[in-house]
This record gives sequence, C-alpha cells and structure tokens, in this order.
Amino acid sequence: MGRARARAGQGSAWAAAPGLLYLIGLVLAPLVIIVVYSFLSRAKLGVGVKWEFSAQAYADLLFSESLAGGRSFDPTYLQIIFNSFLFALITSAVTLALALPIAVWIATRPPKDRTGLIFLVTIPFWTSLLIRTYAFIIILNDNGPINAFLGALGLVESPIPMLYTPFATVVGLVYTFLPFMILPIYASAERFDFRLAEAAYDLGGGKWTVLRRIVLPSVRPGVIAGMLLVFIPALGSYLAPELLGGGKTSMIANVIAAQFGASRNWPFGAALSVLLLIITLLVLVAFAVLSKRSARVTGRSSWESML
Amino acid sequence: MSRRPRGTGESLKDFPLFGAISAVVFAFLYMPLVFVVGYSFNANRVVTVWKGFTLDWYLEVLQNDDIQRALMNSLRVAVVATALSVVLALGLAIGLLRLARSGNSFAWALIGAPLIIPEIVFAIGTLSLFVQMRMPLGVNAITLAHTAFCIPFALLPIRARLKSVDLSVYEAAADLGANEWRIFRRVTLPLLAPGVVAGALLAFIISLDDFIVSYFLAGPGGTTLPVYIFGMIRNAITPGVNALSTLLLLVSVLIVSISYYTSRRKR
Repeated sequence: MGRARARAGQGSAWAAAPGLLYLIGLVLAPLVIIVVYSFLSRAKLGVGVKWEFSAQAYADLLFSESLAGGRSFDPTYLQIIFNSFLFALITSAVTLALALPIAVWIATRPPKDRTGLIFLVTIPFWTSLLIRTYAFIIILNDNGPINAFLGALGLVESPIPMLYTPFATVVGLVYTFLPFMILPIYASAERFDFRLAEAAYDLGGGKWTVLRRIVLPSVRPGVIAGMLLVFIPALGSYLAPELLGGGKTSMIANVIAAQFGASRNWPFGAALSVLLLIITLLVLVAFAVLSKRSARVTGRSSWESML
Repeated sequence: MSRRPRGTGESLKDFPLFGAISAVVFAFLYMPLVFVVGYSFNANRVVTVWKGFTLDWYLEVLQNDDIQRALMNSLRVAVVATALSVVLALGLAIGLLRLARSGNSFAWALIGAPLIIPEIVFAIGTLSLFVQMRMPLGVNAITLAHTAFCIPFALLPIRARLKSVDLSVYEAAADLGANEWRIFRRVTLPLLAPGVVAGALLAFIISLDDFIVSYFLAGPGGTTLPVYIFGMIRNAITPGVNALSTLLLLVSVLIVSISYYTSRRKR
C-alpha cells in the first residue's frame, strides 16, 4: 500500500497487540471475574466461591439475617459507604485549600526554578505509600513529636489522642493525595498569562480581587482535574484508614479486604468491589460532564509533566 | 539569570501568604520522610522516645534472614516486571501512534485502568483470577500483576520521547535501504533510549514499593519487602522498621532522581 510505504520504519499498529492482550488478560479479566464472583455463592471453607448463582451478596449490602432466619434492614454498609464519601470529600477540600496556593506560587517562580520545585513536590509520591503512612503512626502517636512539641510548650497537660481517630485517617489521606491536586492546578496556572493579572491591577483591582476574579477562573480546569484525581482514589483508599484509623473508621476498601481475608466471604467482597467500581465510574462521568474535556486534557498533561 | 523579568511583573505576581503556605506544604510533604529516617538512628526500642544515636538497627535489619529473603523476592519481582512492562510499553507506544482513533480510546482506557481502578479491587480481582485458574500464588503471581500496572508508568516517558522524533529520520533510513526491523534496532531504539531508561526506572520503583497487590498475591512464600514491613508494623514498632524503611526510601529517591535527570537531558 502506498500509505504504508510513506510510513516506512514507523512501525505498525500490530506492535501494540502484545501489550493490549496482556492488559486484557490482567486488567480486564480480573474485573470481569469480580463481577461474576459477586453473583456466586459463598464457598463452604470461605476461600474462593461455590459456582451456584446467588444474589445473596447484594442482599447482604442492605439486609442482615437474624438467627431466626428473618431479614432486617441493616445500615452498617450504607454507613461505611457514606463514610468513604465523606472522607473523600473532606480530603478533596483540604488538599484543594493547600494545593492552590503552592501551585500558583510555583507557577509564578522564574521558569528555570519551576521544574525543580515540581520535582520536589513529586519525590514523596514515588516513595513507598506504606512507609509514608507508617510515618504518621510515629508522628501522631501519644509520645510522638507533635504531642512532645505541644507538651514542651506547655500547651497541653496530657497528650492529645490523635492516632487511631478519623482525624488521623484524614491526615493520612490528605498527605497521600496532595501531589495529585498540586500538579494539575500547577499545569493550569503555568499556562495562565500573568499579563492578564497585570491588566487587572492597572484597572485598579486589588490582590484579592485579581486572585478571585482573574486567577481562580483561569485555573478552574486544573482544579476540576485535581478534584477528580484526588476524590476517586481517596474513595477506594485502604492503607490510611487501615493503619491510622485503628479499625474505627473503616472505608469500603477495608471491608473488601476483610472479606477476602479473615471474614472469608468472597462473593460479598466482590459485590462491594462492583459497587465501588460503579461509584467510581459514576463520579468519572459526573466530572466529565462538569469539565467538558478541558480538565481531562489538563489531567493527562499533568501526568505527563510528572513522568 | 542574565535577564531580569520586565519591570513590575514579578512582585505583582506574588499573592499574600502564598509563599508562606507553600513553605508549610513543603514541610508537610517531607515531614514523614524526615521522621522515618531520623528515628531509624534511635537507640531506644520505643521509636518516638529519643535516647541516643545508634546504627545497630541497620545491622540488625541487614543480618535478618527473613528480610534478606523478602528483599530477594522484591528484586526478582521488580526486575522481571520492569523488563516485561518496558517491552510491552515499547510496542504500545509505537503501535498506538499507528492505531485508528476508535481503537485508540479503548486502548487508552485499558492502559489507564490500573491507575483509576481502586488498587484493592485490582488486587482481589487478580487474586480471584489466579485462584480460579488454579495458578499458585507467590513471586510469579505478583510479577504478572505488577507488570500490568507498571505498563502506564513505563509507557508515558517512552511515548513522550517517540512523539518528539522527527519522522524524516525513518524516511532517510528507509531510503538508505534499511528494513523495518533494522530501522527499529538502529534508529528508533537508540532515539528512544532515554525514554526507555526513564520508564524502566519508574516501573521499577512502582513495583518495588507496591504493597496492596503484593499482600494479596504473596501466598506463603512470596513475601516482598513492603509486605514484610507491614507485618513488622503490625507486630511491634521498633526503630528497626524505620531502618528498613529508610533503606527502601533511599532506593526510591535515588532511582526517581536518576529517572528525572535522564529524561531531562537531551530533550
């Protein structure tokens, strides 16, 4: 073919085949099997499933069975799903409040300093999440540096219990996802033409007015992308609530893990996973409608600036 | 810098408190790393009560047989997963530029999926798949799963590099009589090398640091370093956890720095 000749040496679409097949086998297939498992029955010994159709797992989401065999409405899991939403929402709000100033600040540094500063933001992301989460066990401990500091200043009589509280979970989540908020906002802010801000000053605008009326609307796509990149993974977080929440503040992921671990109810864990996937998908669609492409582009370019 | 920004611009760009908040955020970002490293030198068994400087925890950690075994497992997984994901990503990068639009969005959904799907779902999904197929858990199972989520990390630097290649070099090579394979080996690959190195390094640390997927697929013999550390945290927190963590942090920071510099150079 003539077109093919003009593209000599650029390779063919078939080069992507092994990679795509691999992803179908190890990303798509696991998702399919979870959906299938969620409609099967619990195995006698608890590991794996029994191949017998059942909607029990989904019924378990809302109802619990009493010993007498009757079913009654049980809000336990609804509560956990609601908690997960709440945690993800708080995390998004706090990371936004912290990320906006630093993203704009970095974007207004001289160009040659910016890449270094952004690299500094991303370094912690590349280190083990387990270790960073563990670090907060040390930091928030009753004998930890924060309580020691407050004690030394005489601000508190006895240590403030912080570890194993919802507060600790939120701190861990905010810490985990902060870079995901900073990067897209920075990507937007960097493209912002600060001559617009200058023009606004010339027209008599004060700092706050310029920030609110000129800068913020311009970084909106970055903010939306950031909310997406924080909210979705925060919703499915496992480590922060597991290690810092002390079991008191379970999120969906912890319940899923328990079903595949000690609780040994794989179909129920699978059903919860399906639910989490559906919620994730709905949130994605909502954001897509909200952002009308612009945020998606920023989101991708912020990934690329990071890698 | 030789050139000052024009006139009034610079101070007008500053917003009150933004610099201060940025400093606080940077401190927050590095605080966990500082405390993990700092307390790894604590002579006291109780991590957070400082008693004096010691390197004993490092000796203890490095001489522990279980830790050595976990380290070997981690390295085996990371090396193989990196190699596999880089090869697959190389094919994806080249193929996707040639693929029709409709196929492309499906492909990107597949590639991006491991980044968007909650990791716990990916972990138990892979676990279910392997159990269903009667595949033994352990190092090999972990490697297969890691490869899948290492692909996007390997792919992006390679793709960025590939997009910057001037298409006329292929034409020139073809005009000189090189066949497709020869062009790939002698032209494409050398041009992509910095992207391949950066992608490989990122894939390596993503695999090395993974906890959740490894935890569910480890089985009895597949304990990796993060899985081992999780066990330590669950049992008793001593500065030993910090010493081991510090070593792992050091490797990550070192590798990501190398990756950063290789992908910056010659761009």
